Amino acid sequence: MVHIYKNNGYNIALDVNSGAVHVVDDLVYEIISLFKEKNGVCSEEDVFNTLSNTFTKEDIREGYSEVCQLKEAGQLFTKDTYMPYLKSFANRPIVVKALCLHIAHDCNLACEYCFAGKGEYHGEREMMSLETGKKALDFLVRESGNRKHLEVDFFGGEPTMNFDVVKGIVEYGRELEKTTDKVFRFTLTTNGLLLKEDMFDYINKEMSNVVLSIDGRKEINDRMRPLRSGKGSLYDIILPKYKALAKSRGDENYYVRGTFTRNNLDFAEDVLHLADQGFTQVSVEPVVAQPDEPYAIRTEDLDGILKQYDYLAAEMVKRSKAGKGFNFFHFMIDLEGGPCVAKRLQGCGSGCEYLSVIPNGDLYPCHQFTGIEGMKMGDVDSGVTNTGLRQKFHESNVYTKPECQECFAKFFCSGGCAANSYNFTGDINGNYEVGCAMQKKRIECAIMLKAAGV
Amino acid sequence: MKHITTLNERVLKDTLEHGGCGECQTSCQSACKTSCTVGNQNCENEENK
Repeated sequence: MVHIYKNNGYNIALDVNSGAVHVVDDLVYEIISLFKEKNGVCSEEDVFNTLSNTFTKEDIREGYSEVCQLKEAGQLFTKDTYMPYLKSFANRPIVVKALCLHIAHDCNLACEYCFAGKGEYHGEREMMSLETGKKALDFLVRESGNRKHLEVDFFGGEPTMNFDVVKGIVEYGRELEKTTDKVFRFTLTTNGLLLKEDMFDYINKEMSNVVLSIDGRKEINDRMRPLRSGKGSLYDIILPKYKALAKSRGDENYYVRGTFTRNNLDFAEDVLHLADQGFTQVSVEPVVAQPDEPYAIRTEDLDGILKQYDYLAAEMVKRSKAGKGFNFFHFMIDLEGGPCVAKRLQGCGSGCEYLSVIPNGDLYPCHQFTGIEGMKMGDVDSGVTNTGLRQKFHESNVYTKPECQECFAKFFCSGGCAANSYNFTGDINGNYEVGCAMQKKRIECAIMLKAAGV
Repeated sequence: MKHITTLNERVLKDTLEHGGCGECQTSCQSACKTSCTVGNQNCENEENK
């Protein structure tokens, strides 16, 4: 399968099965299009007959020869040879290597679009105890097999509302590192309200990444992220803190992270606004919401959203050339040293390698499945007891999703987010069509940025 | 080549042999939490680079 497209003046050909990416001129773009029409087999005569009015015979011969060379080198029109690998993939040992710890099912904000029901995940307000947090780490070590690097994200609600427990869990993790061969990578996701400068040294020492929530422009942020009091501006409170924390981390290993909704379909301006504030690591992502919510992204919004991504990518090229480059999380792509095929088959590993732990110690496939009936997987004492559900996640991969089979993006998104699929189709192997359309555009933009040398 | 510039030399099937060690970061732990973005994850296996 080959995907060809034009973006920001570049002609790009992605050979899906090999992962090879080629930047081609107009002639080869047309030649590859002809090959695609003829299922990858096309004679030089056919090409000449079609293109001789536009290109010279000599050029056509050269271009055709180059396309054939790439075919022979296994970099164009390659076959999918991964199917035989699926059997060993399905039989791989099940290990857990990452936990999302819901340190607090409570929040000091009440963001309009919160998928977690303003922090409490549609359940009781509750804080995780240190005892439960320790048990979670014990469970992780116990179930991690030979994995050395273990990841623990402190999530909420708002985890800084229970920061002493965060510290206690980190301390316990560091103790476990001394008696096991494990290395913990802790991360923190926060809305910034309780962040104080005297916390920075600790955060910078212990947290390998921090995710700092902010939606972009002041009026955009404050519209969906109001303070509980209803007075004042969250943006004004958190922006200086985020700037200081990013600087104290050497402008690395953090993200300012926003959500866009149909209230700000010009979200590229929010990304650029955050970049204008000096942030170099930016992520602004589409809201996950039920379709009947007024702020939910609708199918009819897609055209404008895709244009925003194109505009943002083109702007990033300009800024990079002007020495003002920044990273946009969804446009980051590693063509040369990126993930292996095994990783690309399954994606995030939710329900198997990656689980969430809620304050009472119950386990869920990930934070987004929290509280959904039938999705509880076990608890930190007994481990995963819902082995049937785990097996379903374990067996889910890019080949178990029918709509993915003819999609060029399948080895970049790995079949997409299981929670989105479940929420919109009732099946983890379903497809969230609006999300897929955005994902495909983001991948096109990400590759274009590589073509542009960004 | 005159008409084509290839951006990456490594092809995916080359990662079959040494892939699957699982040491790389879980994609959802990086920044997103609402989508699955795997293609930008770094490989931590030196044999695959």
